[in-house]
Amino acid sequence: MKRLLAVLFCILTLPVFASEHAGIPAKEEAFNPGEMILHHIGDSHEWHWFSTDNGHFTSYLPIIAYRPGKGVSTFSSEKLAPKHGEAEGAEYDGLKLHHEKLVTTDGSPVYDFSITKNVAALLGSSILLLVVFTIVAKGYKTNHGRAPKGIQSFFEVLIVFIRDEVAKKSIGPKYERYMPYLLTVFFFIWFNNLLGLTPGAANLTGNIAITLTMAVLTLIITLASSNKNYWAHIFATPGVPVALLPIMIPVELIGIVVKPFSLMIRLFANITAGHIVILSFISLIFIFRSAAVAPISLAFGLFINVLELLVSILQAYIFTLLTAMYIGGAVEEHHDADYQMGGGDGADVAHAPHH
Amino acid sequence: MQLITPELGLIFWQLVIFLLVLFLLAKFAWKPILLSLKEREDSIEGALRMADEAKLEMQALKAGNEKLLADARRERDQMMKEASTMAEKLIETAKTRATEEGGRMITQAREAIQNEKNAALAEVKNTAAQLSLDIAERILRRELSDPAAQKQLVDSYLKDVKLN
Repeated sequence: MKRLLAVLFCILTLPVFASEHAGIPAKEEAFNPGEMILHHIGDSHEWHWFSTDNGHFTSYLPIIAYRPGKGVSTFSSEKLAPKHGEAEGAEYDGLKLHHEKLVTTDGSPVYDFSITKNVAALLGSSILLLVVFTIVAKGYKTNHGRAPKGIQSFFEVLIVFIRDEVAKKSIGPKYERYMPYLLTVFFFIWFNNLLGLTPGAANLTGNIAITLTMAVLTLIITLASSNKNYWAHIFATPGVPVALLPIMIPVELIGIVVKPFSLMIRLFANITAGHIVILSFISLIFIFRSAAVAPISLAFGLFINVLELLVSILQAYIFTLLTAMYIGGAVEEHHDADYQMGGGDGADVAHAPHH
Repeated sequence: MQLITPELGLIFWQLVIFLLVLFLLAKFAWKPILLSLKEREDSIEGALRMADEAKLEMQALKAGNEKLLADARRERDQMMKEASTMAEKLIETAKTRATEEGGRMITQAREAIQNEKNAALAEVKNTAAQLSLDIAERILRRELSDPAAQKQLVDSYLKDVKLN
């Protein structure tokens, strides 16, 4: 703890030394860590890999814009890239990029369905998921009736864990219907969390549109599989006096939405926060304009990165577990059970035939 | 603010791609994987149950064998006991019969001896009577060689006859 404080003290006092040497006014524009970080964790219409003194190494992605009346227009985002020496992007076909947001020059509405960096990453990770799990599935065919091998045995542990510890315990005897969704959610989040940690990659699971979509899917599945007990809990919560129902019913109805909302925020915030922390540590080097900060930045950055590896699987697990619990609450048959999503009794039923 | 504003385009692509991935994975990965896992678990469970059953069967078989063995042993013991009883009885019978036979033979011998003895005694008696008759004849013959003596004797017989 003392050492940590000492290190923190060093970091906090460094600006003093740095500012002493910065007597000459900087010619280049000042480094803005906030802007840099937001740029890195946000979506983009181009895939910027890295920059050197000679220029940027960027892959331009297709822009797909829909304008009511004008129809769909498709072109490369290179046409909207800033020309040399210009800060603002170029205009093309009445469209331009304003802070990575596609807008029309005349202010008319435009719907952006571009293959952005995140969409490209989404496609890439989806293909990776499909390839990996078809290989795993093939392993079950080739090693039929035998012990699992290689990649198959690696993923089997996780699949069995999701099935036994998440689905069976949270949902109960009806868990089998929800296994494909739970497994897909788990591996989708985990893979994309890990891919998001690689340098130059997109921050997919730290994008609120992605987490929103998955949270809404969870909500739809929960509502679609809800039985009368679930609604009885909401409109006639057992053990609550009738006089309190006018308060309880709105609270319960809000609860339906709050659950997926918390899923959305939790995953988005955790992954984004991790990225921001790592980028902040790296930014310190540029803020202080001193290579001496680099070891500290790197050490902390590495520590956070390793932590993020844990957070990757943890967040995937939490999202899957909570999804399973919400579904479990919706399909629960026992009316006497506590209104704790999932509960223990469903799992006991699911495990009963095994013992 | 842009950070927490969901983009419509990304939502659209995520929905389309995620549902596609969900569908493809469910069909080509999760279904066969979960089925294989279940199959394997069932087969393991079945094998364990069969092993248990086989164990019980073995125990039953063993118990049956032991019972059979015990039965055989008991039967053998009984047979041996019966045989020895029978042998003893046989010996006993033989002994009794031998004793009886001996007794009978002794009795017969005794009877025979008695008979022989009686016959011998009768013969001795006959012989003695013959002898005494012979002697008496010879004596009589000598005494009655003269006619006087004959006459006297006839007279004495006549006298006797008269008396009768």
